[in-house]
Amino acid sequence: MNEHTVKSYEEELALLDKKIAQMGGLAEQLLGQSLGALERRDPKLAEEVVLSDRAIDQLEREIEEQVISMVARRQPMADDLRHIMGALRITTDLERIGDLAKNIAKRALAIADESHPKPLMSGIRHMVELALHQLKEVLDAYAERDADKALSVWRNDAQIDAMYNSLFRELLTYMMEDPRNIGISTHLLFGAKNIERVGDHTTNIAETVHFLVRGFNIADDRPKDDQTSSTLISGG
Amino acid sequence: MTDIVATPSPLGFRRVDVTSATARARIRARYRKEARFKAYGIGALLLTTVFLVILIADILHRGLPAFWHHSLVLDVPVDRELVAPGGKADAATIRNADYFPLTRAALEVAIPGIKNRNAQKQLTRLLSSSAADDLRDRLLENPNLIGTTVKTKLLLAADADLYFKDKPTTIMTREMRGTATPNATAGEVTVLTSANDFADEIVFIKQRLARRADRLTAEADRLSLFAGESVAGRVKELRVEAEALRKRAEIPKVEESLDNRMPSLLVAINGGLIKITKLSDVSATGDTLLPLRSSAEAKPGTWKLVTYETPESNRKVSDQEIAFLERFRELGVAERSFNWRFLTAGDSRDPELAGIRGALVGSALTLFITLILCLPIGVMAAIYLEEFAPQNRWTDLIEVNINNLAAVPSIVFGLLGLAVFLNFFGLPRSAPLVGGITLALLVLPTIIIAARAALKAVPPSIKEAALGVGASHQQAIFHHVLPLAMPGVMTGAIIGMAHALGETAPLLMIGMIAFIVDVPHGFTDAATVLPVQIYLWSDLPEAAFKAKTAAAIIVLLMFLFLMNGTAIWLRKKFERRW
Amino acid sequence: MDAMVDVHSQSGLAIDKPKVVARDVNVYYGDKRALNDVSVVVPDRGVMSFIGPSGCGKSTFLRCINRMNDTIPSCRVTGKISIDSQDIYDPSLDVVQLRARVGMVFQKPNPFPKSIFENVAYGPRIHGLCHSKADLEEVVQHSLEKAGLWKEVRDRIADSGTGLSGGQQQRLCIARAIAVNPEVILMDEPCSALDPIATARIEELIDELRQNYCIIIVTHSMQQAARVSQRTAFFHLGNLVEEGNTADIFTNPKEKRTQDYITGRFG
Repeated sequence: MNEHTVKSYEEELALLDKKIAQMGGLAEQLLGQSLGALERRDPKLAEEVVLSDRAIDQLEREIEEQVISMVARRQPMADDLRHIMGALRITTDLERIGDLAKNIAKRALAIADESHPKPLMSGIRHMVELALHQLKEVLDAYAERDADKALSVWRNDAQIDAMYNSLFRELLTYMMEDPRNIGISTHLLFGAKNIERVGDHTTNIAETVHFLVRGFNIADDRPKDDQTSSTLISGG
Repeated sequence: MTDIVATPSPLGFRRVDVTSATARARIRARYRKEARFKAYGIGALLLTTVFLVILIADILHRGLPAFWHHSLVLDVPVDRELVAPGGKADAATIRNADYFPLTRAALEVAIPGIKNRNAQKQLTRLLSSSAADDLRDRLLENPNLIGTTVKTKLLLAADADLYFKDKPTTIMTREMRGTATPNATAGEVTVLTSANDFADEIVFIKQRLARRADRLTAEADRLSLFAGESVAGRVKELRVEAEALRKRAEIPKVEESLDNRMPSLLVAINGGLIKITKLSDVSATGDTLLPLRSSAEAKPGTWKLVTYETPESNRKVSDQEIAFLERFRELGVAERSFNWRFLTAGDSRDPELAGIRGALVGSALTLFITLILCLPIGVMAAIYLEEFAPQNRWTDLIEVNINNLAAVPSIVFGLLGLAVFLNFFGLPRSAPLVGGITLALLVLPTIIIAARAALKAVPPSIKEAALGVGASHQQAIFHHVLPLAMPGVMTGAIIGMAHALGETAPLLMIGMIAFIVDVPHGFTDAATVLPVQIYLWSDLPEAAFKAKTAAAIIVLLMFLFLMNGTAIWLRKKFERRW
Repeated sequence: MDAMVDVHSQSGLAIDKPKVVARDVNVYYGDKRALNDVSVVVPDRGVMSFIGPSGCGKSTFLRCINRMNDTIPSCRVTGKISIDSQDIYDPSLDVVQLRARVGMVFQKPNPFPKSIFENVAYGPRIHGLCHSKADLEEVVQHSLEKAGLWKEVRDRIADSGTGLSGGQQQRLCIARAIAVNPEVILMDEPCSALDPIATARIEELIDELRQNYCIIIVTHSMQQAARVSQRTAFFHLGNLVEEGNTADIFTNPKEKRTQDYITGRFG
């Protein structure tokens, strides 16, 4: 790949990538920390989460500024244009992932003192691990400009959705079993929802990466397997 | 930004030094060099200007006198019998009458008493052969004047005219102390004086004789250095003459006779003038140049000794003529007026009658032919060569040859004109037509080269714009390129025409050197041109023609300025900034 | 009678209103080859831009379309260029008439050193398009209006064309070109000598004109090409590298060379 004749342009694009990577790393870290918070119920961890989120927000502002400046000054074309606009979209998604992870951690704190049903917790943990894995994969795809990897991330979101569906049913059942479980179940439900949202944002990033590399959007419809909006639990 | 490593320049930290003493010295040296260069330029300009000023001043000094001439304003009794015999007063008779007796009579009235035939001839020869032209023209206009006395201007002949302009000799007068008594009023007269008035003159004469003897001796000495029979003989002659002179010089005051190698001495007494041929300290004997009123004695202070410093043998006008002319001047009838004749008359053998008109008209006609031939042909040829001709060996050959033709000596064109136009085509000799064609050939290469350069200088964007709008090549050239090239073409035309105006050699070859008196009226009349006229006049022996030559040069220069001025005005008018 | 003219663009897209069709055009300057087998279809009622680095042959190709290369003696053109299915290099075709149908605007504004009126009136006059003085005046006014210059010069239409500003001069040249009612307008870097305001006005003008004319513009500014044209062709070293819809070329070009050029990666 030839380099831009104007070296500063090349450096600015590299800086953009670095920041996205930084932001991605922070998001991964946040997500991992939220998982840890869920398991270990460590209030200190929760504080760290809040700080990390602030760092992510800061990075998002920086990236946005840089993108606007580059568009005005460099008038990017073709792949540069897709790269820069893609970075803007990704940074939005990463910021949202950060927020969601922070939320999960907060909820983890909220249910810290209570006992957690093991199967449910393991379900949640599994979901977070999957989401974390997806995030990692998609960030790699971005760094490597690998459209196929992005495509597989995009497809794997179905798994998270499936896991969410089953968790949703389980939690409903759990809540129906014992009203005293509603409190914790609600938090867990919202937490699971957040993880599912993280998965969606990761899929967004995957779509952006594909467009960035290939120049056109993924042709198929996104596999939307979230059936919870139509899930009905019949009594008994 | 960091990729381009700041490789240090091989100069390191060396920068242009501006502060040290060597730097200052360097700067000063540079300023001095620039000042020197400017001085050279100004010096060159000054030198050129000085030469130009000297040249023009010289020409003006020499030529301006030719624009004035002297005439005598006399009363001429118009004798009816001579002018209109038998009462016939028609134009032909008046024109063909012989006016010589009339003018002679007028002269005799002005200076009466000239009996000597020689003197009479000298008197009448003072006037130009066409002196009476003015009178004749007036009589033609108004025949009623016949029979009356008409006050008219009579043109002086060239030498007389020159006398008033150039003063060939200084005239000194000295009042005498004694009472002089002439013994006659005409012919040979002796004047006796009561005082030794002439003593000083005799001394001067002797001194002159001695000096002349010395000169002869020196000449003899010089010649004796050479060997040879004839030389030895001449040496002997000289020595004998020198001896004789010395003898004369050493004899104390006695009568001396004057010859025309000595300044002329004259006695002005009683209204007359006597040229002294023999002189003693109390008497002078000589011939009357102007008759005396009476032979009464003249009181001291009323008669003078006149000296014409330049000896008669050294000047063109004789003492008698000077006497007459000075008398005319005293009478107040010698008048200076502007010489219109110079501009209105054709050439003539008599210098006072010679005019430039013939050459002027000849030049104008010739240049007209040249212009109408070479300008269109030259411009069209340039356009063709520049725009339409294919780029091949033939056009290259033509181009080289045109450049060479511009450098061919002009006389070659004259030979061409002679061979082709006169011999082969049989065109009339000396005609402006042939001269014009020959000069056109001469000037054509210059015009073609200048026109081509002008066409090349027009920016191609204009032509492209015209082509882009759908103009044909021809339309683009004639509507757009040519108008913009006009200033350059005009410059070429100016240069060419100025060149043609001054050309003499080719025109000599086709015969425009003939002595043409009539002013040409058509392109096929025989004519001459200004440069040739100048050349002809410069060759003529009469002294008056020198001034006329310079005056003709002035006219030529004026013609040139006028022509160039017109062309420059035209060029300014057509100039269009692009 | 022309053989079947292939009106598919190089990218395979069928062009529904082809105006200028070039097939295998080669241009030689003496022995040097300036254009290699260029084939392109230019649609009518639209703007096509030619982009590429210096010396790539885009101006050369542009000048082939109105046969301005004929004025260069060493230039030789092979291949076929047709306008409305008529081969313009046919020996029986009058070049002068062709140039009335295909107008040209040059990089450096070059109005004639005559009055503004004369500048615009020259074309109609030499082609005999107007029958009376009133007719001519109307054509001149109409052209100047279309070029967006009328309001500015209506009071000084007898003044010299060279006394206008650069942008006004270029608009005058455009008015001059459209006064003869051409079908195709060729523009060779028309804004490169103008300031941004004048450039914007010319681009606006192009936007208006493209509804009635086929416009081909050569430009060094990719942004301008992206703004102004509907189709773009990228030339490099005498070859037509890529050609297609402007949006596609500038967001997702197919050829690496195109991409490198438009993103500024050419060394």
